[in-house]
Amino acid sequence: MRAPARGGGPATVLAGIAIRTPYWVFTTALALVFLFPLLWTAVASVSPSPGTNQVQGWGFGNYETLAGYQAGIGRYLANSAFVSLLTVALTVTVSVFGGYAFARFRFPGKDLLFLLTLAILMVPYATLLIPLYVLLNRVGLANSLVGVALVISMFQLPFSVFMMRISFESVPRELDEAAMVDGCSSFTTLRRVLLPAVRPGMITVGLFAFLTAWNDFMAPLILINDSSRMTLPLAIANLRSQVQGVVDYGATEAGVVILALPCIVLFLLLQRHYVRGFMSGAFKG
Amino acid sequence: MSVVVPTRPRATRSAPPAVPRRNGRRAALSGWLYATPTAVFVVALFVVPLGLVLVMSAARWPLLSGFRGWNFPDNYAKAVGNRFFVDSIVFTLKYTVLATVLLIGLGLGLALLVQESTRWKGLLRTAILVPSALGLASASLLFYVLYSPLAGPLSPLMADLGATFLGTPNAALWSTLFLIVWRYAGFYMLLMLVGLQGIPTEVYEAARMDGASRLQLFRHITLPLLRPTLALTTVLCVTGSLLAFEQFYILTKGGPDNSTISVVQLVYTVAFQGQNDLGVAAALSVLVLGVLVLVNVLQLRAFRRPDEGP
Repeated sequence: MRAPARGGGPATVLAGIAIRTPYWVFTTALALVFLFPLLWTAVASVSPSPGTNQVQGWGFGNYETLAGYQAGIGRYLANSAFVSLLTVALTVTVSVFGGYAFARFRFPGKDLLFLLTLAILMVPYATLLIPLYVLLNRVGLANSLVGVALVISMFQLPFSVFMMRISFESVPRELDEAAMVDGCSSFTTLRRVLLPAVRPGMITVGLFAFLTAWNDFMAPLILINDSSRMTLPLAIANLRSQVQGVVDYGATEAGVVILALPCIVLFLLLQRHYVRGFMSGAFKG
Repeated sequence: MSVVVPTRPRATRSAPPAVPRRNGRRAALSGWLYATPTAVFVVALFVVPLGLVLVMSAARWPLLSGFRGWNFPDNYAKAVGNRFFVDSIVFTLKYTVLATVLLIGLGLGLALLVQESTRWKGLLRTAILVPSALGLASASLLFYVLYSPLAGPLSPLMADLGATFLGTPNAALWSTLFLIVWRYAGFYMLLMLVGLQGIPTEVYEAARMDGASRLQLFRHITLPLLRPTLALTTVLCVTGSLLAFEQFYILTKGGPDNSTISVVQLVYTVAFQGQNDLGVAAALSVLVLGVLVLVNVLQLRAFRRPDEGP
């Protein structure tokens, strides 16, 4: 769609610029629409504003408010990190074994189990969280971060097991058959030969599990009552209703920055895997 | 762990000895062993709760005391009789239609815009995708501040115009839709891009040779060949929007005047705020589940039908 470079005189160059200008203006504006809210929040969280802990000059007053909020931001960060890492560990372990079973073995009930796993996608979050609240209470996981991680891991299974299944299926069978002929057990084959081959799939599964668990709001909202066990999104959302009628917008901005930063960094670092997740996870089905 | 070695003479005799048979009884056992963690999760955290929610929907079940005897149709009658039942359904449907049209349309438009891989378009793609790394709760909190008349960057402008972002039912709906588009447009763009990549370039070249215009290319090649992608994205978007919760719970809090209560928010309110009636909430969520399954079946059928023709 470049302007025809006939001789390349100044007139054609100008015409080219004239044709392209609306395009540049439009696309730049578009990029700004998507970036502005993030950039504004980051800047506003350290800029002076009345009604916050950062009234004069620039600084980290809003972050200090967060540090002293109820159990302290450190506690909530630790809670969120615990839930996220446990979810990643559970999701990756379960889906690697499950994917291996579905891709490489024939066993009775295989199709039923796979269908049941995918059926999780069809059931609304709220529909399951109400009975899960009752069940987790019954087994002593009331108000527990482990319970939250278990629930989030379960909701991650359709995507993760599916993703690991196609990852294993895309590895040539000759590879593990050769290992078996050499006397490896199926577990040794998995560990020594197949795991390195499915590592990209594992990274995708882990990344999505982390982002989901870090950001999840509804599961902790329903399953956690104790304010010292809240995860970060819940704590920041509750922060707004603390002071009677007055919302500390500065502290909320700082909270959003702390919530968003790890996600954006991970996203920019692992963008390739993020895209991959959709290409295989969402489409080959 | 379980070892698959062709020890039995029968197995080795029937199969070539070099290739161990893996679909024998031992292989089935190993298969089950590897599938056990998945099965435990699915049964304990999905099948059992699903059964329990059906039981709960037919029983008196206050939040704090648990099972208090059966009362089969009562919970469903109470659920349907809730004063926000009809309003929340109408609102959720309205929101779903608007969100789906906007996200599918914009997703496809953005995908077509950034399709070629140049440096600038790569940057543009990343810029559009960054918001989708945020959680919906974080994004809702972000826009809660952004829209606030006290702290928001546009508040002076809005004050001059005499308008607010969340003050009237319509403003609140469109402000929420803007947040959703901001958060999800990149996600749908990415899905559309993947779909567009699956269309072979030869098809376009052949059509162009035949003198097809850009509009004709779009209508007669891109759209029909993108059908599977459009089906998937529509199902995803409709399902997600019907179950909307965070954006209304955090951003609009159901207001103003209870005008933006979504169905899932109603379930949450009945279960944990005020009424504390898990039985009625379970009945409501069973209804939601039923509608969702029905809607998805209808959608899949609608998208499939034209392919079954000649």
